[in-house]
Amino acid sequence: MVIVQVITGGLLLGAVYALFSSGLTLIWGMMNVVNFAHGDFVMIGMYVAFLIYTYLNGGPIEFVLASAVVLFVLGVWSYTGLVRHVMSGTLLSQMLATFGLALVLRYATFWIFSSNFRSLPEDLIGGTLNLGGILISMPKLVAGVVAIALTLGLHGLLTRTAIGSQLLAVSEDRNAAMLMGIRPDRMQALAWGLAGAGTGIAGALIATFYYISPSVGETLALVAFVVVALGGFGSVPGALIAGLLIGVIQELSAYLLGPVYKDVVVYALFVAVLWIRPQGLFGKF
Amino acid sequence: MRWVWIALGAVFLAYPWVLAGPFYERMGALVLLAAISGSAWNLLGGYAGQASVGHAIFYGAGAYLPLLVFTQWGLPPIAGLPAGIAVSVLIALVIGIPTFRLLGHYFTMATVAVAELVRLVVSNWDLLGAAVGLSGPAVSRGWWDLSFRSSIPYYYIFLAVLAVVLLVTWQMERSRMGFYLRAIKAGDRAARSLGVPVRRYKLYALMLSAAFTSVAGSLYALMVGFVDPDSGLGILISIEMLIIAALGGAGTLFGPLLGAVILIPLQNATNSWFGGSGSGATYVIYGGIIMLIARYQPGGLMNAWHALQERRHRRAAAVEPRHAA
Repeated sequence: MVIVQVITGGLLLGAVYALFSSGLTLIWGMMNVVNFAHGDFVMIGMYVAFLIYTYLNGGPIEFVLASAVVLFVLGVWSYTGLVRHVMSGTLLSQMLATFGLALVLRYATFWIFSSNFRSLPEDLIGGTLNLGGILISMPKLVAGVVAIALTLGLHGLLTRTAIGSQLLAVSEDRNAAMLMGIRPDRMQALAWGLAGAGTGIAGALIATFYYISPSVGETLALVAFVVVALGGFGSVPGALIAGLLIGVIQELSAYLLGPVYKDVVVYALFVAVLWIRPQGLFGKF
Repeated sequence: MRWVWIALGAVFLAYPWVLAGPFYERMGALVLLAAISGSAWNLLGGYAGQASVGHAIFYGAGAYLPLLVFTQWGLPPIAGLPAGIAVSVLIALVIGIPTFRLLGHYFTMATVAVAELVRLVVSNWDLLGAAVGLSGPAVSRGWWDLSFRSSIPYYYIFLAVLAVVLLVTWQMERSRMGFYLRAIKAGDRAARSLGVPVRRYKLYALMLSAAFTSVAGSLYALMVGFVDPDSGLGILISIEMLIIAALGGAGTLFGPLLGAVILIPLQNATNSWFGGSGSGATYVIYGGIIMLIARYQPGGLMNAWHALQERRHRRAAAVEPRHAA
């Protein structure tokens, strides 16, 4: 029975992982740029939630929306102000750009809020749900369900709408897309905005049950990298499945081996994926 | 080129006499140490274009082993230096063999993940002091412990090691390997189609880079006499090497040295300006610098300087014929 509960917890956590990883995979797949600041986007989302709750008395709906808006803007700015200018450069300069952004975000937060761990009150969203002996905490349930819905929504947006087709067209061939009357820069800025908004929502959702600190992004970024590597670069459904899988593996290893080892297992899994199946489970190349 | 070497050598040999006092001597030693690790990173990240964000593993191996041979068997710490190199090269192979089959970001990502993995394992490994870390000899038992109160002996040891690293880099730059690595950097597939054994040479560069980084870690452990997971294996160690090389000029011989000469004093200054929370401000500035380099001067300061000189030469060449006429 405990195992079932652990797995359920892992699935719900994994759903949130899937949501913020799909932002990373979207950008990686679309323009072959790795956003090393991705984890810090999640962290900013968490702080937005914390600030709105603490200083403006906002509830979950308010801070999730606020976080989505803030991170949408940050995402668009990251593209138009920074990434657009280094896209044609070397791999190193692309990496440096987002790495620099990561450092600025992380340590500016550290500077302003110090390294103290913060958290939102546990009873912010409901209490605990009892499903025939399986206890599920409401914040995790809400976060997990919302995250799955949004990840599927993002997949739908990419595959079933005109905007999605335009985004994919730009990622396939920038020049050809331009000849079809699509503005690549606008589309890529939109992709960064969408990735940011998804990440922001994920951050605000995680904040309801996770500690908040300036360095939390580092851990979460690695989780996102593992999810993306496992799911296959650029694949949103891959990120969803890999995210759920990683969530379950993490919770199971925390339960079976001890909490210290939950990250060790995930990183070891990442190295194993690189050794055995570097293109990921659903990767194209 | 020879004059550059002589001039640089003279400046660095004279430095402790020009700026005397423990503060400047220690800072000088730290600049040289940063230049060593930056130059080591540069071999792979600069020349071969394979950016690693996990060099802290090699630095940490180099820092932990000297203190480990001391705490376990009471050996002089320097005896752990070769062991550190061996471990580093081994880890380099474990990371390099699978990831160099792949292009682009894979290697970078793998280095981040392996570095975190190693840091977590070491943080929970009692033999290596877990979260507390390891300490060297509290009181020097003899010259062979290489434990000095003044920073000057370290300064000159570091200077000698830096000279070796730069000489090796210089030789490599002009050798077949240098051309191969630059070809790999310019285009992996193109290099392969021209017959460059891409994977093998990437591995050579990684192993050489890991070995030198490990030496830098050992030197750090000798000077400070203490290492813990954060100071030996933290991701910021890797980032610092990357920034120092990129600021000065990744893939140039003296770039990392220039980067270290600028960044380490800057770091000292920000730490003393901003006090306790200074490390936050320091890294905000680091991040800002990296973004600016990436955005405006991806080749680093050395390349900016070369471009400036070239323009001056061209202008001079354009002016001359008019005088002749």
